[in-house]
Amino acid sequence: MGAIILMVVGALGIGLGFLAAPSNIAEAKEIVASHGDGHGDAHGDAATHAVAHDDHATANNHGGDHKEAHDTSHDTHLLHQLQNKPWAALYVAAFFFFMISLGVLAFYAIQRAAQAGWSPLLFRVMEGITSYIVPGGIIVFVILALSVAHMNHLFVWMDADVVAHDHLLQGKKGYLNPIFFLIRAAIFLAGWIGYREYSRKLSLAQDESSDNANFKLNFRISAAFLVFYLISESIMSWDWIMSVDPHWFSTLFGWYIFASMFVSGITVIAMVTIYLKSKGHLQDVNDSHIHDLAKFMFGISIFWTYLWFSQFMLIWYANIPEEVTYYITRIEDYNLPFFGMVAMNFLFPVLLLMNSDYKRLNWFVVMAGVVILAGHYMDIFNAIMPSTVGDQWFIGIPEISAVLFFAGLFVFWIFRALSKAPLQPKRNPFIEESKHFHY
Amino acid sequence: MASKVIQAFYNDDDVLMHAVKKVKAAKHHIEEVYCPFPVHGLDKAMGLEPTRIAITSFIYGCIGLTVAVVMMNFIMIEDWPQDIGGKPSFSYIENMPAFVPVMFELTVFFAAHLMVITFYMRSRLWPFKEAENPDPRTTDDHFVMEIEVHDNEAELRNLLSGTGAVEINISEKNLH
Repeated sequence: MGAIILMVVGALGIGLGFLAAPSNIAEAKEIVASHGDGHGDAHGDAATHAVAHDDHATANNHGGDHKEAHDTSHDTHLLHQLQNKPWAALYVAAFFFFMISLGVLAFYAIQRAAQAGWSPLLFRVMEGITSYIVPGGIIVFVILALSVAHMNHLFVWMDADVVAHDHLLQGKKGYLNPIFFLIRAAIFLAGWIGYREYSRKLSLAQDESSDNANFKLNFRISAAFLVFYLISESIMSWDWIMSVDPHWFSTLFGWYIFASMFVSGITVIAMVTIYLKSKGHLQDVNDSHIHDLAKFMFGISIFWTYLWFSQFMLIWYANIPEEVTYYITRIEDYNLPFFGMVAMNFLFPVLLLMNSDYKRLNWFVVMAGVVILAGHYMDIFNAIMPSTVGDQWFIGIPEISAVLFFAGLFVFWIFRALSKAPLQPKRNPFIEESKHFHY
Repeated sequence: MASKVIQAFYNDDDVLMHAVKKVKAAKHHIEEVYCPFPVHGLDKAMGLEPTRIAITSFIYGCIGLTVAVVMMNFIMIEDWPQDIGGKPSFSYIENMPAFVPVMFELTVFFAAHLMVITFYMRSRLWPFKEAENPDPRTTDDHFVMEIEVHDNEAELRNLLSGTGAVEINISEKNLH
């Protein structure tokens, strides 16, 4: 059943990952060490350098309230940012691939709850992709737990010293405290993984059973899961992403991250489906299925832009200092990635996927998908980096190798899961409709 | 010009689809099919050209976007600049985020309305127009396939009665 091909691809991916992993940690440490020393020496020895770094200090602190004591505080601040860099790179990549499988899980649950007739042929593909939610979720949880254990400074509110000097953070202490944070993360992950495993089990059991009981139960738990997902996803986005900048808040942030994970997930479904089809599997998947997925890619890209702009415009217009810092950092220090991502996530898919015929060209969908995925990686990058590494960002070896590592793990894991079950559900009540799907 | 047409009535869209394919296979030109609701794939089965309304829609959207930009530039920047929320209207590009909703809405407005009007004109529909459908039942539960007769009435009648038609009529009709 072609598992060999899939395993080769998986092995290739994990091979890439293993090649990338050591270079990631070793190189990253070296960079941090050399940078940390370099800056320390420069500040200690030469007064001219200290003057030159004046601009940096003000830029970093945004408002220069640390200006008097900046020689020492700036050094430590810079050191923390550079120490954060490999962690942030790891976290962004880990979260990005986890988010893809979570987005696919939401899409899958919607198809189940809506009893959609067109998509059952793609259910095994979706289940394969959501299998990554187990390792991906655990890795993200471990990174968060290491943050709580003060192994890094990704989340500034976890530092008791910072909270002691910050009136706003003291007010948020009831919610933003490390223990409650980890409990929430554990509950959400348990819910998502639990639904995924249970639904997969029912989906496989439906193939062997003689009635539709498994299918009906799957429908009911999917509807219940969507309620849980909507709440948990929103809180997850506040916890895991928005809280890296604990003073700033946005009420539609949950939707914004949801749009990002949804469009990335659908893109990956389309890409995996096209890949499997090119290898001669999924014979019954026709161009109309690809067309529908591409329509979703097009539509949700616009939905993402709508939320991105809604968030931006209100903050831009209201101009409240505690809110606009978010955009000032991004426009001043992250100009290219910030606006480049809008081009990649909006202009590109809109112009490429607008034509109905292009949505049926498989290679075209894949090319557009690559750009969309890169754009949404940039989206998460822009969400995490400004608050964790400030203007010290760079897409270098730690970032790229972290992406390669998780891409390898992701590909290996999902194709391993795909090879475990027949790619076409046998007894789904809607399978005939899906086979004859014609838009 | 008045001409003779043969009208075959069907009461099921699947039967109609098969009939259309059969008539096309016999190399007859189908003048028109009247349906109470859109039938998926009928246009392809009849051999109609793909619609070009999507292109007009894109053009109308571009016109709407342009109108919005020009209009907001005149109203908010040139004619009567105001200082709203500490954001004085000195240049269009600096205040652009505030105009994006207008730009979006006018793009959609122009695309939607002009596309509907285009569709009506292309389909020769306008107020007080006399209905073209040959039988009021085509607005309820019947489908009518209409084929022009060129001295081959018997042949067509044979062909159509073999396709599951529930009724076959011949009528004189003014073709546009």
